[in-house]
Amino acid sequence: MTVAMVTDVGGIHDNSFNQSANEGLVKAEKELGITKKVAESHRAEDYTPNLTSYVKGNADLTWGIGFLMADDIKKVAQANPNSKLGIIDSDLGGEIPKNVAAITFKEEEGSFLMGVLAAKMSKSHKVGFVGGVKFALIEKFEYGFKAGVKAVDPTAEVTAVYADAFDKQDKGKLLASQLYQQGDDIIFHAAGATGDGVFSEAKERGKGFWVIGVDRDQYELAPANTLSSMVKRVDNAVFAVTKDLGANKFEGGKVTVLGLKEGGVDYAATTEKNTPKDVITLMDSYKTKIINGEIKVPATADEFKNFK
Amino acid sequence: MNFTDMLTIIINGTIIFSTPLILAALGGVVNERAGIVNIGLEGLMIIGAFAAAVVAIWTGETLGMPGWLAPWLGILAAMLAGMLFSLPHAVASIDLKADQVVSGVALNIFAGGVALFVVKKLFEGAGQTTTVQNVFHKVNIPFLNDIPIIGPGFLQIYPTSYLAFLLVGIAYWVMYKTPFGLRLRAVGEHPRAADTVGVNVRKMRYMAVIISGGLAGLGGGTLSIAMSQSFQHSTVSGHGFMALAAMIFGKWHPVGAMGAALFFGLATALAASGQVLGLTQYVPSEFLNALPYLLTILALAGVVGRAQAPAASGKPYEKGSR
Repeated sequence: MTVAMVTDVGGIHDNSFNQSANEGLVKAEKELGITKKVAESHRAEDYTPNLTSYVKGNADLTWGIGFLMADDIKKVAQANPNSKLGIIDSDLGGEIPKNVAAITFKEEEGSFLMGVLAAKMSKSHKVGFVGGVKFALIEKFEYGFKAGVKAVDPTAEVTAVYADAFDKQDKGKLLASQLYQQGDDIIFHAAGATGDGVFSEAKERGKGFWVIGVDRDQYELAPANTLSSMVKRVDNAVFAVTKDLGANKFEGGKVTVLGLKEGGVDYAATTEKNTPKDVITLMDSYKTKIINGEIKVPATADEFKNFK
Repeated sequence: MNFTDMLTIIINGTIIFSTPLILAALGGVVNERAGIVNIGLEGLMIIGAFAAAVVAIWTGETLGMPGWLAPWLGILAAMLAGMLFSLPHAVASIDLKADQVVSGVALNIFAGGVALFVVKKLFEGAGQTTTVQNVFHKVNIPFLNDIPIIGPGFLQIYPTSYLAFLLVGIAYWVMYKTPFGLRLRAVGEHPRAADTVGVNVRKMRYMAVIISGGLAGLGGGTLSIAMSQSFQHSTVSGHGFMALAAMIFGKWHPVGAMGAALFFGLATALAASGQVLGLTQYVPSEFLNALPYLLTILALAGVVGRAQAPAASGKPYEKGSR
């Protein structure tokens, strides 16, 4: 069985969701004996050719990683009805072709826990958020985070900025230096490879400048400065669908939504390294409330306005 | 945010973002002053960025050399790689008398391709290096750093930024105060006259192209192991062309090129800090992001006064021709 994957512009060493997806396939390679193929995209125009070359090359399943290639996946799926494709982070606007498995995550739920953590740990009562590009997907992180901060410390200030790129570390680093300069002591990023720059700035400044990572457990990027990471188990999702395909249980045409309840998002296991126990206990109690449905986490600016 | 913080953020961002442009533009100045056009600055920066990241990873992580040493070896490799990759351009434009613009464009395409190809071979098929663990950090000078604005604005910068300003001074001194500099400028203005008084035009031009390659390589290295901590396809993305514009805007003078590079750096810093500073309430962030490129076009279109290129720039020298 051949399973292929096309990354978005972040590339497979983005320390983020492309890398996570790749790890899912590496696991499938070891445990399910699949043949893994990966193509990295350097620009948006690469998506369709990359996807098409795998579909035409008889890959049994072709993954498109990231909402940036939603339109390309749809186009390629419709042009090749006998192929099977998967997409991460997009429900293709609700119209999912029969041969596509779509997976999305409730990023706002995991980000809410990061907001709780940041509000509890900030000494200056000022925290920052660095996003990649201002799309609805990244806003889920922003407003989930803001809601979490608000729930714990309504007076805390959150400055949200966007780098307008997922692959510009120098810009991430500059934005982080500006946020730290204005007194923010914790920054949560949702910016793919751009976020590497946030870690590097915190590391350079040393103790007391914190980062919260995203997508993967990013603790190793700055062990002395990382409070936690909002992990998004893209690897598990990719592995699970690949496994289903091997067992002839591939289900296309629908979207699978993974939240805190399904274990699709969570805080990283390394959180305990720099975060005190009582804060983790508080995060856990909010986690239970979200899973029970007691708290409905906002995912958009409008929902956030009504959140109290 | 108060005014002091704003000023500090803008000054610091300007210096950091202009550093790679200063280095590469300086390379362009040396090159064209000797009569060789170098469109290939972008390619040389790509090679420099690539070499710096790979060597910093190799020495620091594979060989286990000290963390402070690895980035310096990386930046040295960036310079050497830039010098080496400028050689084909030198041979083509000096000895083979090929069209220098075409040769420079070829260098850009070749450098991008070869760097990504080698990265894919070295890093398990990924088109980017892993995160470089040992990179340059901003310099912390005790006491001086505590001075408001001056410290965190001007002095807390990367070692490569200090190096860039130092090299501007050296380039100015060499080009205008030494016999070598006089000869260099002579072969760019009137190679025949220089030849008749015994200046070896071929040798001078070779040296200029190689020095220029080294400077552009340094600029690329700054991008990959000071401002970022990896090399990938988007690490350089257009800095070489902006450096070229800075060279013209700066009227082929080392200090002028530095001024122009600082101006472009300011535009980039403003674009990047627009949101933190609250500028985006008044100006769309798309416009701020386009600003550096708009200014590049304006500078090249000659809005800022007539820019006079060295007379023999772009013309191959035929010994004995009139």
